[in-house]
Amino acid sequence: MKIDVVHVAQLANLPLKPEEKEKFEKQLSEILTYVEKLKEVDTKSVEITSQVTGLENVTRKDEAKPSLSQEEALSETKSQHNEFFKVKAVFEN
Amino acid sequence: MKLNELTIKEAKEGLSKKEFSSVELTTACLRQIRKHNPSLNAFITITEKEALESAKKADDLASQGDAFKASPLLGIPITLKDLFSTKGIKTTAASKVLEDYVPTYDATVVSKLKDAGAVIIGKTNLDAWAHGSSGENSDFGPTKNPWNKEYVPGGSSSGSAVALASDMCIASTGTDTGGSIRLPASFCNVIGLKPTYSRVSRYGIIAMASSLDSIGHFTKTVEDSALFLSVTAGQDQMDATTSPNAPEDYLKNLKNGIKGMRIGIVSQYSFLGIEDNLKKLLAEASETLKKLGAKVENISLPTTQYATACYYIIQPSEVSSNLARYDGIRFGSARSAFGDEAKRRIMLGTYTLSAGYYDAYYRKAMQVRTLIKKDFDDKWKKYDAIISLVSPTLPWKLGEKINDPVKMYMSDVLTVTPNLAGIPGLSVPIGFSDGLPVGMQILGPQFSEAKLFQIGHAYEQATQWYTHKPKL
Repeated sequence: MKIDVVHVAQLANLPLKPEEKEKFEKQLSEILTYVEKLKEVDTKSVEITSQVTGLENVTRKDEAKPSLSQEEALSETKSQHNEFFKVKAVFEN
Repeated sequence: MKLNELTIKEAKEGLSKKEFSSVELTTACLRQIRKHNPSLNAFITITEKEALESAKKADDLASQGDAFKASPLLGIPITLKDLFSTKGIKTTAASKVLEDYVPTYDATVVSKLKDAGAVIIGKTNLDAWAHGSSGENSDFGPTKNPWNKEYVPGGSSSGSAVALASDMCIASTGTDTGGSIRLPASFCNVIGLKPTYSRVSRYGIIAMASSLDSIGHFTKTVEDSALFLSVTAGQDQMDATTSPNAPEDYLKNLKNGIKGMRIGIVSQYSFLGIEDNLKKLLAEASETLKKLGAKVENISLPTTQYATACYYIIQPSEVSSNLARYDGIRFGSARSAFGDEAKRRIMLGTYTLSAGYYDAYYRKAMQVRTLIKKDFDDKWKKYDAIISLVSPTLPWKLGEKINDPVKMYMSDVLTVTPNLAGIPGLSVPIGFSDGLPVGMQILGPQFSEAKLFQIGHAYEQATQWYTHKPKL
């Protein structure tokens, strides 16, 4: 099983160093080859299990409650401006 | 006996009889940390100042009469895996990404432990983001096994198991997504509980794989484990997956013995070679359970051979989604700071969830998960519990598997199935081979923790492995 590491890293927004490409390509291909083992299992008409609690539609009342202050919410960012998170521009000319 | 060597039960007795104070108990633990942490690397943060302050508070409360009823862990020094958010105390997940992250709130379990009077003495080391079976994936250096410092202590809750096994605390916490509590418990000769999925709130605990993550703990005895779960279990408004069923009284039937209980034992796997010395220890454990009155029968769980493959699709898929939130904007560093194992899992999960591959990998794995769960469900019609080894091997040497991910992943082969099925597992020591500890896991249906404690306690009383301590 061959994996396009550069493409996948791009999808995951993960910067890779050139020397990492070869290492991860080898390792991830080995892992994918191993998990191919599941092909042996007959799963025709088997339902999926995405969670094990059996709980459905768990809701609570939508009530306003005290939460983090603006100062607390911003306390961990390294880059802020006028009490907002500062991010890179999304649309640039 | 030194104060730091006490169990929760013994420490509570001593505190309530005023034989010693929480400050003295906490100081004894801190002294042990100072002495042995430099060589074991069990801690990322030691909260000495905060610990002594809360110990002092606990002593004040204790002097006002019957405070122990309302606060079942009053004055007891514990450690938190550094994946548990702690307000005002650095929480790193052992990753450079969160190297200087200080949460603005406590995880629900942390609040519950504080409310119960526990004294938090530090945040323990782990495989970064809980990704690993050996403790070696920490960005802050590996933790060493106190039984032999050339060997791994098991992961991912490596520091918590080691801190407890080396008597640096009275109890410690962990998370178990595919064996991360049971494996280090087994490698360090302590008790480790992975509760039923949904029994303990995940709120505020840095998420690894959300459909598998279970929040549990390490203790010196099974009775302590039951007591600890009584504090942490229960529904939480902040975690919609927590069970609405009220937790049982875990101590009520603890000492009732196991006469007549039906226990299935899995000792052979068609696809997996297990060393004879480990098989022998499990067979001895089985004999002990028989002597105590249980009916023990050999069984097999055929789907176990597909468990690792199933787990290493579902888990990285969920990891890639959970770690997508670390964008370095609101908190933490840039994504380039992720270590190798996190990068591997993010890419693996991104791949298995991507268009064109979803059905072949993720959907297929979710179907196999159904079959693994059914394999267990069928057994509960005939058996109260199932026992097996926790690990197919003894602890291995540091560095031995670090460059071979598939080999490392196979260390989880016996521990991932309970996570996929959502059932509880209790890891209990069953002896030593070549001077290294070996453990078995006692598994049961969802919400059968009380019964697992009953079996574990009876076995522990008969064998007393917990009295064996590493020579540090």
